[in-house]
Amino acid sequence: MWQIFHKLGSPKWFFGIASTLMPWLLWVGLALMVAGIGWGLAFAPQDYLQGNSYRIIFIHVPSAFLAQSVYMMMAVAGLVTLVWRMKLADVFVKAVAPVGAVLTFLALFTGAVWGKPTWGTWWIWDARLTSMLILLFLYFGVIALGAAISDEKSSARAVAVLVLVGVVNIPIIKYSVEWWNTLHQPATFKLTEKPSMPAEMWVPLLLSVLGLYLIFGWLTCLRMQTEILVREGRTRWVKELVQAGGN
Amino acid sequence: MTAEFTVNLRSPDVSVGTATAMKAVFVRDLKIALRQPQDLLNPLLFFVMVVTLFPLGVSPEVSFLEQAGSGILWVAALLSVLLSLDHLYRHDFDDGTLEQLVLQPQPLFLLVLAKSMAHWVLTGLPLVLLAPVLGVMVHLQGNSVAVLCLTLLIGTPVLSLIGSIGAALTLGLRAAGVLLSLLIIPLYIPVLIFGTGTVMAASEGAPVAGQLALMGAFLVLALTLAPFASAAALRISLSNS
Repeated sequence: MWQIFHKLGSPKWFFGIASTLMPWLLWVGLALMVAGIGWGLAFAPQDYLQGNSYRIIFIHVPSAFLAQSVYMMMAVAGLVTLVWRMKLADVFVKAVAPVGAVLTFLALFTGAVWGKPTWGTWWIWDARLTSMLILLFLYFGVIALGAAISDEKSSARAVAVLVLVGVVNIPIIKYSVEWWNTLHQPATFKLTEKPSMPAEMWVPLLLSVLGLYLIFGWLTCLRMQTEILVREGRTRWVKELVQAGGN
Repeated sequence: MTAEFTVNLRSPDVSVGTATAMKAVFVRDLKIALRQPQDLLNPLLFFVMVVTLFPLGVSPEVSFLEQAGSGILWVAALLSVLLSLDHLYRHDFDDGTLEQLVLQPQPLFLLVLAKSMAHWVLTGLPLVLLAPVLGVMVHLQGNSVAVLCLTLLIGTPVLSLIGSIGAALTLGLRAAGVLLSLLIIPLYIPVLIFGTGTVMAASEGAPVAGQLALMGAFLVLALTLAPFASAAALRISLSNS
């Protein structure tokens, strides 16, 4: 058990594991995505109310799902950075923060595209939209702080503190935004998916969520490998790896 | 200037109680600030000017100001606190006092708490005292002015406490001011929502005790958690320099 823990701290070990995992993550993820989105776009039944426009949920829901869980993953990694000073945890945070920001943006963007035909407006100050927007701000803060501190160790720990402060605040922000919205006006539209969704709709949705998770895993491995190569550029194994011409 | 103050702080005497040390830090911050009164005045002037921009930029109509007044005052107060946060640690960082603070035998988070409280007394409290005047200028009705001051009284310490985390994280960085705002504004949103929401409710005649209690809960949460995060961030920033 402790040996695995110890190994996890070793960038070299991770680099090897990531190389073997990546093809699996990519191809299985792509297959699931194609199946889920293809099924969802072409074969799933129309929504009785929204017609075809609802089909954007096969992209919207996975990205919104992942956007939120990436921040949670970052918080766990931040805790690991602060408690065990594990280098890889910080590599993870730095690698996924921009991915999380892009996913949050994607969720907001697809939401806006869906909102135009459904609500008749690109943007509405709905509680969910607003808290996603604030999540995007939190991601920007993490990225900006990481970029501003040049010293690797301080940067890792400062970002970890910020991510943890953010994660304590996320539920507070979420509930206060909901309260704010209901105070000003009762929710005219609910973004929540219908509970009585038929299986032909939720199965492809589940497939695309899983697919996006796997592709996220692949992208994370790739970005972490790049970050490791940059950071460990002076070590022997990286030099040997580069001289051998890649993997 | 610093000789008489740092005597207390530098003393290696472990027997100095934590309360004494906190008081020393608190009093020292107040004294130093009071010798530069202009620095104290600037955030207040900023507060007044930002509030003035809204009637000029949006609308001087009484009906609009009644509606938006509490929000305008809260946003202006929030920005004003944000602007003053850079001072919280900056001078102590530049002259090395901060390193001495970190080396004290007393727990750092309590000293940080004392510093945050001094910051609130110097920036938040004057805003609260100024708010009734501006509240009248934006046509808040009688009761809402009092509620507004109450929300500011509970809310501005939260702003100082959360802000101290951001100030500690960005200490010694280039262009720290903008970065600090980026990090902290999202964390201020709940306080803003409840601050303005409570005043709006009061102006509609709704009971506000529950919302004030929730703001009090924010304050307790910030009092207990923010000093720890801020102290941790300070240690990181100091090890960096």
